[in-house]
Amino acid sequence: MTMMPARVMPPHDAAGPSRPVLHPLVVRLTHWLNAAAVLVMVASGWRIYDASPFLPFTFPESLTLGGWLGGALQWHFAGMWLLVTNGLVYLAYGFASGHFRRDFLPVTVRAVARDLWLAATFRLPHAPGAYNAVQRLLYIAVLICLATVILSGLAIWKPVQLHPLTALLGGYEAARRVHFLAMSGIVGFLAVHIALVVLVPRTLPPMITGRAWPAREGGIG
Amino acid sequence: MRLPFRPRPASLKGVELELRSLERRLFLKQGLSLGALTLLSGCKVADDTHVTRALETMSRWNDRVQAALFDPNRLAPTYTEAEITRPFPFNAYYDEDEVRNVDGATYRLEVSGLVDDRRSWTVADLRALPQEDQITRHICVEGWSAIGRWSGVPFHVFLDRIGADRRARYVGFKCADDYYSSIDMATARHPQTILALDYDGAELPPKYGYPMKLRVPTKLGFKNPKHIAALFVTNDYPGGYWEDQGYNWFSGS
Repeated sequence: MTMMPARVMPPHDAAGPSRPVLHPLVVRLTHWLNAAAVLVMVASGWRIYDASPFLPFTFPESLTLGGWLGGALQWHFAGMWLLVTNGLVYLAYGFASGHFRRDFLPVTVRAVARDLWLAATFRLPHAPGAYNAVQRLLYIAVLICLATVILSGLAIWKPVQLHPLTALLGGYEAARRVHFLAMSGIVGFLAVHIALVVLVPRTLPPMITGRAWPAREGGIG
Repeated sequence: MRLPFRPRPASLKGVELELRSLERRLFLKQGLSLGALTLLSGCKVADDTHVTRALETMSRWNDRVQAALFDPNRLAPTYTEAEITRPFPFNAYYDEDEVRNVDGATYRLEVSGLVDDRRSWTVADLRALPQEDQITRHICVEGWSAIGRWSGVPFHVFLDRIGADRRARYVGFKCADDYYSSIDMATARHPQTILALDYDGAELPPKYGYPMKLRVPTKLGFKNPKHIAALFVTNDYPGGYWEDQGYNWFSGS
């Protein structure tokens, strides 16, 4: 069994000798718009949750957006347009360009187990432009969480007009909890995502400029 | 502070790289704290009038989208008697000990605006009209929901009796507890929108809006005004107690 990820070369090298395009413009743009939308939705959503919590805790007001329930709802129902339209653009691009197929697939249990083990023993090489199996799994999982948070959000926004969707999620009250769970998944992903960027900061510039920073000797755990 | 797993710089080149990555880390840190400042401390952002205006504009846009999504023939789900939430929660902009006691004997429902017949209605007059019963889910803007049973006059029947202009845009309500609200004509004419006189088989108790409340199962709870003393048909946007403070006006379910 090889101990290296299946692919270490950038998938679509733009022929720059040392600075290939790692993230195409559409991916970068939708990434940052999505980041803004998710921050708005989570922070305002926490304030909405606080108005009628169904778990034995509320979110600290200082972490929420909107000032009061009405303000939070305004942010939430404005932010949803950004989240959804940006998400649709990304989905369309992801399928049409082959980004999903090429960069997120395949992801097998064996590969995830292998890369988790390598990461745990600090031997997982970071190959610019190629995602390891754990990354692939996490990106797919957060995409599923985002789809779920949008669908459950629609279900609790329009439980009458979109009743079949609400019923599919187990009714209004169940859909509320699905919405919360999906949010938790996204926030959990964000914690890991940001922690990893802090640990491997050279992954950040390519998401801004598109290009890798000059290569460094040696791998980083 | 050194990050784990970072090789110690062995040369000038290494130092330079170390500095560069430090710069990047600082950039990231500042980015995060800027994000936290502008996005997470809501009050400062929300106080900005431009932002407030933009959010208001989006809310008006959402009114239009919801009006387009509204299907006048789609019924809100109904439930069985066993599913009724007991006790049904009290909710108002004041506490339960401040509930208004309206005198049913002297009560008159005033009618005005774009209608043919402006005479006022007693409770008995309203009870003489066809009555309908529903067990539906009341969903509060706060997120909680409760299932209740209301009966009363289908609002479209009442609107036809008073000769309300069907092309008018709004129906507004003024309440004995100083609450006020308004709904769109399409929702007003929805088959499940009723002028409720009874709750769970008995005369509407004061806490649920005696002698009459609007029951709209296709809208959020705050669009179901209680103790209605007057209603009017109009083309001028009437707003509402919460709507004027920023709750979305259409607030359809």
